[in-house]
Amino acid sequence: AVLKDGLRSQVSAALKEGQVTPTELCQRCLALIKSTKFLNAYITVAEETALKQAEESEERYKRGQPLGILDGIPVAVKDNFNTAGIETTCASNMLKGYISPYNATVVQKLLDQGAVLLGKTNLDEFAMGSGSTDGVFGPVRNPWSYSKQHKEKSAPKSHSEDEESNWVITGGSSGGSAAAVSSFTCFAALGSDTGGSTRNPAAHCGVVGLKPTYGLISRHGLIPLVNSMDVPGILTRCVDDAAVLLGSLAGHDPKDSTTIQDDFKPFELPNLTDVSKLSIGIPKEYHAPGLSSEILALWSKAADLFKNAGAKVVEVSLPHTHYSIVCYHVLCTAEVASNMARFDGLEYGHRSDKKDSTESMYAATRREGFNDVVRGRILSGNYFLLKQNYEKYFVKAQKVRRLIANDFAKVFRSGVDILLTPTTLSDAVPYTEFIREDNRTRSAQDDILTQAANMAGLPAINVPTALSESGLPIGLQFIGRSFQEKQLLTVAKWFEKQVQFPMIQLEEVKRHDSGVLQHQKSASFS
Amino acid sequence: MAARGCGGVWRRAWQRGAGGPGPGPGPGPSPRGQRAVACNAKGGEVPAGKSGLAPWIPVVGLEIHAQISSNSKLFSGSQVQFAAPPNSLVSFFDASLPGTLPVLNRRCVEAAVMTGLALNCSINKKSLFDRKHYFYADLPAGYQITQQRVPIAVNGSLSYNLCIDNKMSQMVTKTVRIKQIQLEQDSGKSLHDDTRSQTLVDLNRAGVGLMEVVMEPDMCCGEEAAAAVRELQLILQTIGSSQAVMAEGQLRVDANVSVHHPGEPYGVRTEVKNINSIRFLAKAVDYEIQRQIEELENGGTILNETRAFDSKLGCTVPMRDKEGKQDYRFMPEPNLPPLILYDTKSLPANMNHQQVINIDWIYERLPDLPSVKREKLVEQYGILPEHSFTLLNEDGLAEFFESVVKQTQMKPKKVIGWVLNDLLSYLKQQSLTVKESPVSSFLLADLLNLLEKKEISSSAAKQVLAELWKGEGKTPLEIVKEQKLELLQDQKELEQICQAVIDGQENE
Repeated sequence: AVLKDGLRSQVSAALKEGQVTPTELCQRCLALIKSTKFLNAYITVAEETALKQAEESEERYKRGQPLGILDGIPVAVKDNFNTAGIETTCASNMLKGYISPYNATVVQKLLDQGAVLLGKTNLDEFAMGSGSTDGVFGPVRNPWSYSKQHKEKSAPKSHSEDEESNWVITGGSSGGSAAAVSSFTCFAALGSDTGGSTRNPAAHCGVVGLKPTYGLISRHGLIPLVNSMDVPGILTRCVDDAAVLLGSLAGHDPKDSTTIQDDFKPFELPNLTDVSKLSIGIPKEYHAPGLSSEILALWSKAADLFKNAGAKVVEVSLPHTHYSIVCYHVLCTAEVASNMARFDGLEYGHRSDKKDSTESMYAATRREGFNDVVRGRILSGNYFLLKQNYEKYFVKAQKVRRLIANDFAKVFRSGVDILLTPTTLSDAVPYTEFIREDNRTRSAQDDILTQAANMAGLPAINVPTALSESGLPIGLQFIGRSFQEKQLLTVAKWFEKQVQFPMIQLEEVKRHDSGVLQHQKSASFS
Repeated sequence: MAARGCGGVWRRAWQRGAGGPGPGPGPGPSPRGQRAVACNAKGGEVPAGKSGLAPWIPVVGLEIHAQISSNSKLFSGSQVQFAAPPNSLVSFFDASLPGTLPVLNRRCVEAAVMTGLALNCSINKKSLFDRKHYFYADLPAGYQITQQRVPIAVNGSLSYNLCIDNKMSQMVTKTVRIKQIQLEQDSGKSLHDDTRSQTLVDLNRAGVGLMEVVMEPDMCCGEEAAAAVRELQLILQTIGSSQAVMAEGQLRVDANVSVHHPGEPYGVRTEVKNINSIRFLAKAVDYEIQRQIEELENGGTILNETRAFDSKLGCTVPMRDKEGKQDYRFMPEPNLPPLILYDTKSLPANMNHQQVINIDWIYERLPDLPSVKREKLVEQYGILPEHSFTLLNEDGLAEFFESVVKQTQMKPKKVIGWVLNDLLSYLKQQSLTVKESPVSSFLLADLLNLLEKKEISSSAAKQVLAELWKGEGKTPLEIVKEQKLELLQDQKELEQICQAVIDGQENE
């Protein structure tokens, strides 16, 4: 039962009191990873090093000197964070087999606080996507596909083939991390969030997904998608745990010049009893086309919840929201084109055998190493950066970005504390349906409600709210003021307590274990 | 790590940017001798065309890359060192490992500010970094971080002096405008082994901090360009922002050259890249001017191209790499916030001194620039202005001179002759630097004191000096005694000698 508990109040206490040891915890997680292998949540499982870390943690507990709440806690890290000695692939042929010589700052911080690193989680190649379906190791399956809740609600299907083809996606691009947390194989996972990559899969997998303020957590060691929007994301099963992780990761890093200099003080979240002083803004532009009626209903129900508890709930306007996604697209692809330029096969990563000339080797290396999505974004990004297009696209997009940030600033200045919006347009769709549209179309749809927070650098969090008619999770998003994570999380925690999101019932894990494993040939485990 | 293939001997290897890239000068004009451009220090004159129709006005602008004198690189902690074993000074960032980020080196910023101030620039209190993209084996990230939009310093000027008709006594002062100074990363080095058709990459230089000094096209011949670069080199060395040793690639010059007729717009320009000696700079520019004039007069056109100077053949040749027009796809560097500098007025209170750079503070600590030093030398010692130039042109010579003056009663006006004519010419002959001189300022002062006290003659003093060069540790006085070079002060003794000489004469 410990595996499903919260960190601060329960697990940490259980470890301290010796009810469970770090090694036992680690072994249980490793066993679960094995039995849920069909989810394809992990690219690499670092069993050996994890057990060793657990052992060291156990020693500290025995001596009565644990390093803190995270000591002995099994965690997973998205495979676009550098981990010394453990393969870092970005789910790309380009980095298959790449072992980084250094740890990302966030990884180092976790290890320094005694966390046990179980492995690296699956994603879309170089985090480009919103389904976790476009990586070289194959798509991630949403654990809720196999939940009792979903099975009861979905149309009765007697044949196992139907069931096999009807699993739903996790969302992305941090789908592996969301699935890992949701299926209890770890207590917390790191994702990354550039346009919604942490919040989107969190919503689909029924977990908490926090995108902190840009500059609060170091990006050093995070393989970049869009430097000016990327932030390490936090995926946990409850808001309190997200606060614990945030406290352990936030703060200035001399290796990342975009982190703020101010000291960050870790905080514990109070139990809010009175919300009457709160002002919740409902941005009308988030009634986006394609928003499912049940999410719309849930959104207004949530607003009512705040209103009935005495909070001020106001409709607000973020007038430039409509332009956000196209603008995001230009800025994103431009930075992608630039960031991907380093992958030329010379210093590291894949190198093609074609060596007629340096140029032909570059070309072949990059064609073989990147999938269509990555290459497509590089192509359009370079187009936007051409001298003749720079003003027309890049500069214009930057101006629009400023307007979008100003929209938020205005609303917050008017007295609104927190914005409440949906996280996704609908609940998770089946994989077979998802892949009918291409990655670009999907990303444009799926990032629509999340990427504006990245454009403005604001903190935002997905809180699992309810189950849809088909028994799948729906989450709502709270967006806060810059560096006001404490306020944001406090409100999120209050909301979490009100909605009492149900726990996933994964009773059929065993059966799928044997049935689906053979389809996972592409996944590599170390 | 980055090297392709194995090590070993690669005989026919050549180095990018050094020497000629191709097998020969190609179809261009053959090297020629005398026809140097008749532009000179007086400025006004322009070389007449062969046809005798309209004269030509050559226009020369320079872009100079000066390596910042700093212990570590511009954005990483790797050491900066010349001729270290290949790839031994490469951090994860320098090799562009994914996930690494640039961290700006404070020393490099200070050096650029010093240089900007020394070149009368306005220092931008806010400057920005940009990425300049191109694929090359020695550019690991696929882009260079530079300052394209808002550089750290702009709108300066550099005054330099030129001799008229090669006479040191006739000097004119000229000024070239400095457009901007930008901070940027150096690239690594590629070694192309043509025999094995492989390229070896050394990243030791990758990421070293450079100041790119952009000079407006205010010059008109090789001599001017050379004099301007020499003065810049002296300034950089004086303030210590760059060691500016051209032979070690710490100062590399690209020259933009064009010619046009008076009253017409500037002609199409070519860029002669990577010139690594001042002598070659003068030659390359003059050659290029002449080539363009000939080309145009023969009815040809000038291509907007990059060329290299082949020092062996004494001519410029089209460069075969980077052919075709590049679109560098400039983009703001998102990992570096704007670089904010302060002056005493704008310095925020309660700011950690480690976090801020105060322009005024740097300005106050700027040492005397060469022009000021020269004036002071002329004023203080009564030497000729041209002597002050020679004194500053040799590293350490002015200090040597001042030290001798301090230790001797001889007038500085006389000392300068010994320092310039005797000491300097000997050092030059032996290819020694002032620091390597076997005769210290103390020994020379000692010798000059003997001369000044009339204990030896001027010719004896030269004899002693010749002995001193051997560096055997003898003092001038010891040598004088040994070789009996004293001037005779005793009248009787002198008379005796004279008598003896006369007697000998009579006997014959």
